[in-house]
Amino acid sequence: MLGGLNYHDVTEGVLRPLENKPAKLWMLAMMISMTALGIGLFCIGYAIWYGIGTWGLNKTVGWAFDITDFVFWVGIGHAGTLISAILLLFRQTWRNSINRAAEAMTIFAVICAAIFPMIHMGRPWLGAFWVFPLPNTRGPLWVNFNSPLLWDVFAISTYFSVSLVFWYLGLVPDFASVRDRAKNKIAKMVYGGLSLGWNGSAKTWYRFELVSLILAGVSTPLVLSVHTIVSMDFATSVIPGWHTTIFPPYFVAGAIFSGFGMVQTLLVVTRKVYKLENMITMNHMEAMAKIVILTGSLVGIAYGTEFFIAWYSGNHFESFAFVNRAFGPYWWSYWIMISCNVISPQLFWIKKIRTSMLATFILSIFVNIGMWFERFVIIVTSLHRDYLPSSWAMYTPTWIEIGTFVGTFGIFFTFFFAFAKFFPVVNMFEVKTLIHIPHNQQDEH
Amino acid sequence: MSTENHSVKFLLGKFKTPAALSSSVTALQSEGIKVYDVYSPFPIHGMEKLLGFKRSRLTVASFFFGLTGMLCAILLQVFMLVWDWPMDIGGKPFFQGPALVPVTFELTVLFAAFGMVFTFLFVNKLFPWKTPVLFDQRITDDVFVLAIDQKQLKGNPTSAREILLHSGAYEVAEQEVNDPYFDVF
Repeated sequence: MLGGLNYHDVTEGVLRPLENKPAKLWMLAMMISMTALGIGLFCIGYAIWYGIGTWGLNKTVGWAFDITDFVFWVGIGHAGTLISAILLLFRQTWRNSINRAAEAMTIFAVICAAIFPMIHMGRPWLGAFWVFPLPNTRGPLWVNFNSPLLWDVFAISTYFSVSLVFWYLGLVPDFASVRDRAKNKIAKMVYGGLSLGWNGSAKTWYRFELVSLILAGVSTPLVLSVHTIVSMDFATSVIPGWHTTIFPPYFVAGAIFSGFGMVQTLLVVTRKVYKLENMITMNHMEAMAKIVILTGSLVGIAYGTEFFIAWYSGNHFESFAFVNRAFGPYWWSYWIMISCNVISPQLFWIKKIRTSMLATFILSIFVNIGMWFERFVIIVTSLHRDYLPSSWAMYTPTWIEIGTFVGTFGIFFTFFFAFAKFFPVVNMFEVKTLIHIPHNQQDEH
Repeated sequence: MSTENHSVKFLLGKFKTPAALSSSVTALQSEGIKVYDVYSPFPIHGMEKLLGFKRSRLTVASFFFGLTGMLCAILLQVFMLVWDWPMDIGGKPFFQGPALVPVTFELTVLFAAFGMVFTFLFVNKLFPWKTPVLFDQRITDDVFVLAIDQKQLKGNPTSAREILLHSGAYEVAEQEVNDPYFDVF
């Protein structure tokens, strides 16, 4: 699996980009992402200064771009936890070389997601009183624990902090490797601080593995709960097209699907740029493609089930919402969603496409586009034609909303490229456990 | 930092593979020599059994942290919704069991995870900018080190040295450690 690498080769291979001067390509990528980040900051500032009236919302469509982007980013994060936690519990050792990057992706995606609910409050500096149960002078008027939006606050913050701690803990032994090889003073100090004095003792390793296992154990229901709660933002309402019991599993499958799409996009590039092909192997890429087929098909079944139930329920409002979704004024977004999420991932059944990195890259981008449109379809098409035809309306995003979304990509990639430069992108100690050096080779010294 | 003397002298065997290290541990133990600890670039499965570590109680700690989180969450919500500022929403009861489940679950997980991680850091005496005691600069790369407390050897370190070299150590060394944060719980 690892092409005859020994322990030292792994350390060298993974730390090469970290210990050398950044490549020109990296500088260019960083510059592009920081430009996008700048656009985002400007648009966020503009929206806060002038108010969220700068968005394209109206009385009928009161939720649109911001919550679409929020769900999009939260969903992307889920694959990281799936890879790091669920595959650890199932002892899938192929996860060992991709979990680090996937977890990083989780953290950065959740940061991007959190931006949207924050700015949609209009005055985010007062937001703490609206979302956290803090003592205040208005009664005290507490937050409403019956609201799924509040559950979301707790779910997302718990998810973010537990993922962060899980990721950081996994990084500690690898930070120690960087520390012990560091030549310059700053690197010694920074990685010395981050590595917490790790010295590789068996007692520590034993407890470390136990803690990782328990964290994986609690993260697994956590990640399922997060997207379940996100889906409840919609499912607990009485809007046709939203109040369906299928939402939690359907959203979770969609989240994993979109997350794996993003992991594929990132890893196709990372393994190529960092020449990590013998650690992030073709087997890894194929395994991920297979998960994309599975989750894409699950999402497809969910779309079908929704349509069937809309008809079978005999509820006129429900069936209208779905017919309007597929054949109404936003028909194009529905069919983009179907082609990107249900049809194009089926191409991964063909081994030639699965093993072609260019094809994987393109298809994974399609997955991301499709999953963004899924949330857009669910949110906007369910709202824009409500019970009262006189209040029907259309929604078009403004450049502020589009700029903010572009900006979150900037934030995401700026963080990701910084991670790729300053952190060990592959979990070295876990990859080393997969290497078996025959007992008799030690006599060579 | 306490002023008492933490000085311990160690006999170290350095290895290139985990298999050689494990066989050395077995060889030493069969001669009645207790291994203090081993140091490796990655976890060696079964080492905890070989060295006879007690079963860690971190899992138990994590359970109780989780329980604390659960109780806190329930108390918080009941206090706010039922006792401190009850609100009549369409005549529904103030205490709405199922609606409290998500937040209770999240706080249970949060407390369990953080409680356990901080306990882990505490019992292993890990903290930012701690200067580690490293028996070899390459333990975090590709070297496996076995440490024996010299007091164990009762003035006869020769046999331990021989066993180490015989079982595949490429180097045998001695090092004195004087660090109150070295010996973990």
